[in-house]
Order: sequence, then structure tokens, then C-alpha cells
Amino acid sequence: MKRLVSVSINGRRREDAVADNLLLLDYLRELAGLTGTKRGCDGGECGACTVLIDGEPRLACLTLAASCEGREVETVEALAAGGRLSRLQRAFHEKLGAQCGYCTPGMIMAAEALLRRNASPTEAHIREALSGNICRCTGYVKIIESVQAASREE
Amino acid sequence: MSAAGTRSAGIATPLIDGVEKVTGRAKFTADLPAREALAGRILRSPVAHGAIRAIDTARAAAFPGVRAVITGAHCDVPYGVLPIAQNEYPLARDRVRYVGEPVAAVAAVDDATAQAALDLITVHIDPLPAYFAAKDALAGGAALLHDNKPGNIEREVRQEFGDVEAGFKAADLVREAQFHYAEVTHAQMEPDCSLAEYDAERDRLTLHSTTQVPYYVHLMLAQCLKMDASRIRVVKPFVGGGFGHRTETLNFELIAGLLAREAKGTVKLELSREETLVTHRGRPETDVRIRLGAKRTGELTAVDCEVVQRGGAYAGYGLVTILYSGALLHAIYRLPASRYHGVRAYANTPPCGAMRGHGSVDVRHAFESLLDELAEGLGLDPIALRRANLLEAPVRTLNDLQVNSYGLGECLRRVEQASGWRERRGKLGRGRGLGLACSHYPSGAAKPVHWTGEPHAVVNLRLDFDGAVVALTGASDIGQGSSTLIAQLAAEVLGLGVDRIRVIANDSALTPKDNGSYSSRVSYMVGNAAIAAAQNLKKVLVEAAARRLEANPADIECLGETYRVSGTDRTLAYPSVVAAALEESGPITAKGSYSTPPESQGGKFRGAAVGSSAAFSYGAQVAEVSVDEEMGTIRVERIWVAHDCGFAINPLAVEGQVQGSVWMGMGQALCEETQYHEGRPLRANLLDYRVPTIAESPPIEVHIVESRDPGGPLGAKEAGEGSLAGFLAAVTNAVYDAVGLRLTELPASPDRVLEALQAKRRTERLQRAKMG
Repeated sequence: MKRLVSVSINGRRREDAVADNLLLLDYLRELAGLTGTKRGCDGGECGACTVLIDGEPRLACLTLAASCEGREVETVEALAAGGRLSRLQRAFHEKLGAQCGYCTPGMIMAAEALLRRNASPTEAHIREALSGNICRCTGYVKIIESVQAASREE
Repeated sequence: MSAAGTRSAGIATPLIDGVEKVTGRAKFTADLPAREALAGRILRSPVAHGAIRAIDTARAAAFPGVRAVITGAHCDVPYGVLPIAQNEYPLARDRVRYVGEPVAAVAAVDDATAQAALDLITVHIDPLPAYFAAKDALAGGAALLHDNKPGNIEREVRQEFGDVEAGFKAADLVREAQFHYAEVTHAQMEPDCSLAEYDAERDRLTLHSTTQVPYYVHLMLAQCLKMDASRIRVVKPFVGGGFGHRTETLNFELIAGLLAREAKGTVKLELSREETLVTHRGRPETDVRIRLGAKRTGELTAVDCEVVQRGGAYAGYGLVTILYSGALLHAIYRLPASRYHGVRAYANTPPCGAMRGHGSVDVRHAFESLLDELAEGLGLDPIALRRANLLEAPVRTLNDLQVNSYGLGECLRRVEQASGWRERRGKLGRGRGLGLACSHYPSGAAKPVHWTGEPHAVVNLRLDFDGAVVALTGASDIGQGSSTLIAQLAAEVLGLGVDRIRVIANDSALTPKDNGSYSSRVSYMVGNAAIAAAQNLKKVLVEAAARRLEANPADIECLGETYRVSGTDRTLAYPSVVAAALEESGPITAKGSYSTPPESQGGKFRGAAVGSSAAFSYGAQVAEVSVDEEMGTIRVERIWVAHDCGFAINPLAVEGQVQGSVWMGMGQALCEETQYHEGRPLRANLLDYRVPTIAESPPIEVHIVESRDPGGPLGAKEAGEGSLAGFLAAVTNAVYDAVGLRLTELPASPDRVLEALQAKRRTERLQRAKMG
């Protein structure tokens, strides 16, 4: 079964006929062409596909596209407004919070959600907010430093 | 390097492709636009060991939307990373040897159709006796996995250097212990994926793939598809980590090529996380028995070491792994005598291969654990014992490894100081402790696995009308920052800013062949090639400036954006220098290459090439842990690590690599293990294969030690692997300091820790009773 879904993605409203079982992850990557959101696992294990739905961090691989009717979805592609890196993107870039870069979009979106609700998180807050996002390159040290640097910038 | 101009090397530099990564613009293989692509799917063996009697694909082939169905019948050429050990087919022929081995594959108009078609294939397999532990596979009378490998032994190594018995006789203290290490795997974040485009009109194949070694993939595609290599193009897009998983051609890459040719079109073959973890090639389940002798002074007199590895179903890198385990007993401490016996067994589990710290990690843990015991037995501080055994470079080891730079002493000094070792060790109270261990690693295997006699690395620098210097390289950036390093080195030599350099990597149609990212070869080998290329380009530019300024080239100073006649104010801006250079010859390509010097290529005995390298990195680390004896949990509170990388071309990337290595060691030490039940993977996902999360990952303080290797690029050596192995023993030695428990089985999961604690208490009770 397909249904017509109206959803705002990165501030642009679009309408698509989507199958009931279509995952938001596939909707974003295949239909919307937004490949910044990554698939790292077979469902809910790694956090690489973290996006914001109405400002809340959600796993696109465990979310049905059809359930996003009327909602605001934000992906990593939304962050660099006017072609300039966001504070989190700049910090992840300059502090080497990204090595291979595969977990990075999900990591940055989870951190973005954190900073929106808590502008000055403690290290413990950061660890808690990112505990569902696996990185295999950094040992997380520079990820924590990146989020701290971004939060200081505000 | 440059007389003046902008400095680029030795400066913390964000990755030149970092902006793509943080914006989501970086295109990984699965992200490449391929709207027309067919979906590929693989049917895998449910049987651990069996004879394939029949595969019926007729119904699948007739299913609407299916464009190709292939089986082992479509490729009768075996492949493998080592030319002397190729015993694997892209799709099994006649026999299957592990659960998950590919037996058939389908390309169809979409995923659902491909999956439906797989369900229509029937495979009849007669089970054969299967072995899931090395000792069972090696037992007398076991059925053979490979008919030409008696005893299921992939490789047996016996090496002896010096007089081992005399060494043990001269020792004041001898200690022996046995260790067991679970199999671990890379779990790189990006699942495997290939995009294969076959041009039927011209019989050409283009493959984009998640690989660390596009050149080896190219060779194996040509071999297995029986195509001329010139008809194939291999491109490596952004790659989401490797850690060794991708240092050899993998079956899915060949299957993608075969499917695309059969379908006469484009096929995208995206593996699930489960399939990626079954494709494996990680660190084998390993048993180590080790005996060490030392004098009262702490000086080692001999080592005797036995290693048994469960290599899995196919050869892969296996014989290299078992040789590394012996070779790297050496080149870290002075060692007057050594005996090594290694056995690599075949078994009915997914093939193992190279994983970060290849071959060195488990043996290093055993060695460093035993050093701790020796130190205690001799009443020496563990650091003092290691100091008693430091090498002095340059030195040639008993097994003919050439060590030209050696910063281990300085590494020890740095972590001793930073961790407050002297004041704090043994004084943190019950349940909290400090432990230390050291490790080392080659900076690139001196002999490439596919020996051609060519230079080990070539970099081309292209200069055209726009004045941009384009570095063309086959070095595979998999997140470690190799492209950034190449840009920094070229910029440093030319005195230009890094942003003048553009790096184009890994497209066989454009970039020079490179052996790829494995054995920590890139910084050293490709780095040296980049410097050589830049020096050659600089020579051309200096000569052009001299012509234009009517001066002798020897009098021209290169200041990067300006060239000047020495001692005068006659200058020429860089764009004019470029124009002058092009005037003579048109667009310029300057080439630089690197080959490992002969004295660093190892000895003459069988297997001597493995372990040999132009340089070795060194590391020392101290771990602080707390142990909960009720719960059996170990928490790593903090790590101090010092790594001798010769010279840090990019200190930011060195820090990141060292932190990542140490942390990956923590996963192996505390929580990671694959597990099989009758050959069926039990942990082929990222919840059950438990890599550490941010919640439990400790602060890792990195100290960079620069011993300036005489042959390294600006003195640099490897930074991406050497510090992994040290973590394991640092943490188990810290556990001993905390609660007096020697851990000999890793990972030290709570169940194992509790069991070991109970066994220890039981032994202590019995001893008390006996003394009664």
C-alpha cells in the first residue's frame, strides 16, 4: 500500500507517494537524494542514521516515512546554512571529531539535538546524548572535544 | 626542507576532505548516484562444511525482474591476496566451508525482487564433518577442509635464533604462562558495498568499492573475470574505515563484477551489517604459550613461544599473520635467543585476515603480561625491567629486522611521569590500579604481497596553467588522513600553503598504482614518494625561475609564493614561475617514488620478509582501572600513551590515530568477541558484537615522541597501529595492581573476570588449608 505523505525536509515541503513499509532512511536516501544520512547496521544498532524529527533525535532506520506526515525532518545537509559550516560541523572538522566520516552525520545530528536543548552541556551530558552513536575510529576523545568546543562558541 | 615559505609539515592540520565529511557531501560507495543500477543479493551457505550436490537456479532465473543469476559455475578461477595461497572462489564450487559462504547471487530490478529470487534457488548440500576450534581441526583423523593441506594446517612455522636453552639456563628467573584470545573483528562503520558497471558494447568494467586496496581488487577482478586488466577501472570513493577488513579483495567485489557482466549492466551490491561481519577477515582466535627468562638485573635471556591460530575456512593473509606473530617477538627489546612455533589451522568459520596490529597483538599481550610477572618475581619495577632491555638504534635483530630509530625509552619516561607512576602505582587502594605495557609495529611491510619489483610507492604531481598542484596518488585514505599527509608534504617542499595542493586519489584511470593502505605503509612509503615528487617539481620551477630571472638555478631561493635570486631583490611571483615552466614543456607531471632499502628487506631464511620494514614505531602506555569484584566489571579510568612516530607530519592526525588504536585495543581487551554456535555466527550485529560506546570510553592522553627515523619522510614513521597492542597488557597488568588477579583470557568480560576471581579465591583457600 502506498499513501501520499507530506513532510518538510530541511525546510522544504515535499509530497510523495510512499509505501507503508518504507523506512525514513530509504526515503531520504533514495527518494529525496539526501545521502548524508548513513546506514551502518541492520536496524537501531549504531546511530549513523540519526536525524531530527520535530527537533528530536531519531533513528531514520527505525522510523517509517509514512509516520512523518506533517513533521519537520532535518538531516546533516540542513546544517551548513549559506554554505558555511555550523558551529558543530566546524568543531568536528577542526578538532578531528571525524576521521572516516561515516558516523559523523549521525553523531553531529545527535549533538545538534543536545546543544539545542542544553547550550552548555557537561561532559557527562555529552556522553549520555551520544551513547547510541558508535564511532570506530576516534575512541570518542576528539568527538567529546568537538562538542565541547562547539558549545563554547555560543 | 624548504628554505622558507609556508610551513605545512609538523603542523596540526584538519583533514583536507573533512568539510565533505561533516556536511554529508562525502560520497561513500552506497551514496553514488546509480538510479539505473540493478540490486544484487547473495545467497549464502547455511551449512558449515559440505559438498554441494546441486544448485537449481531455474526458477529464480525465470522470475520476472531478474536479470542475472550466477553460481560457482560462473567463475572457476580461485583468488586470494597472497599469490602462493589462493584457494577461495567468489562463489563456492563443489564445497562450502563456513556458514555464510556465498553460493549464488542474483541481480534484479529491485531489492525485493532480488530477495524473492534468492528464495527460489534450491541448494542441496551434503554435510561433512565440521570443526569450529583449532584443536578439533588439527586432531588426527579430522576430515580435510582443503585436500592439499594435510592436518588442516595452513602454515606451520618453526624459527629459532640464538641458543635458547643456554639462555634459559643463564636466567635467574623463568616464567611461563598460557593465554587465550577470542576472535575479534574490525566492525568498521561502513558496511561493504560495490557498484559494478559493465559496458557490454566495449567489454569494460568499472568498479567502485569499499576497499583499502583498489590495486589488489583490480588484479583479482582481472584474474577471476578473465579480463585484460586494461579493460577494468577501479575507483575507491570515500571509505568508512577499514582496520584491515578491506586489505584484500573480498568475495562481494568479485561477485558484483560477475553479476554486472552477466546482467550486461550496472549492479549495486550492498551488504547488510550481518553479511559484512560474516565477510570478516579479523583477528583469529588464538592460543599462546610463552616462556621468558631474565637475569636479576631484569635483562631477558630467552623467549620460547607457541601460537595456535584458528584461521577460518580460507587462506587470506593467514600465513603472514602466523609469521608476524613470531617475527614481532623481536625489534622491541634486546633479545639474545628466541624460539617460535606457530600453527595456523583451517576451521569451518569465516576466514580471518589482517586486523590493526596484524599478528602482533595477542603475542604482545602475552609477552608484556609475563614481563610484569618477571618484574614482580625479581623485585623490579615493571618500567625498570623494560629499561634493562631497551635497544640502541641502529641495530639489527636476531631475525634480521633493521631498527634505525627507537624512541621507546623516551616513551617510557613520558608515561611514567604523566601517570604519576612512581607515586601512585600500588597505592591506589584495593580495586584500583595502574598497569603498563609497550608495543611496536612496522612502518610498512618491506616486501609487498604482490611482488613485481617496482617501487613500493609512486606519487605524481601535476602542474598546469591554473597553478594548482594536483597530487595523483593511489594511496587509500580510509579516514586516517593519508591524502592530507600527502598534501602537507608536497606543500612543505614547495613552500606553498596546503590549499594550493589538490589531491586526487584512487582511480585506476588517473592515479598511479599503489599497494594500498595496509601494514601502516602509507605515511612512510607514500610520504617519501610525495616528497621526492615535490622535490622534482621544485627543481623544474627553480630552473624556470632562473631562466626568467636570468640567474643561475643554484642562486634561486624558493620562498613558496615567490622565487628570488639569492641576496638580491629580484623576485618572480609563483604564477609567473609556473607560466615560465609551462612555456618550455607544456603541462608538467613530476614523479616521485620510494623503495625500501635492501638492508631493511629482511633476512634470507624462509618467511624472513614478514615483519621486515624500513622503520618501527614504538609505544608505551599506562592504564588506570577500577575493578568491581562483585560485578566482575573493569572500568578504564584513564590512559596515558606515548607513541614514537618518528616525526608527526600531522600531529592532529597522529593523536587521532593513537587514540583510536588504544581504544580499539580496549574493545578487544574488555568486550569484543565474535562467537559461533556450530559455525553459526551469534554476534553478527553491533549490539552483540559489543564495541565500546562513548559512555565507557576513557580519556586518552597522547604524548608524541619524535625519534626522527633517518629514512622516514622528514623522519616520520607509522602512527596508526603500533599503540593498539600495548593496551591489552596495560589493562590486565593494571587489574593485577588493583586486585592481584592475572587475566589470561580475553576479552575480560564480567563472566570471565568473576570466574577468574573465584578460581583465585579457591586456590588461596586451598593454600591456606594446606598450610593449616
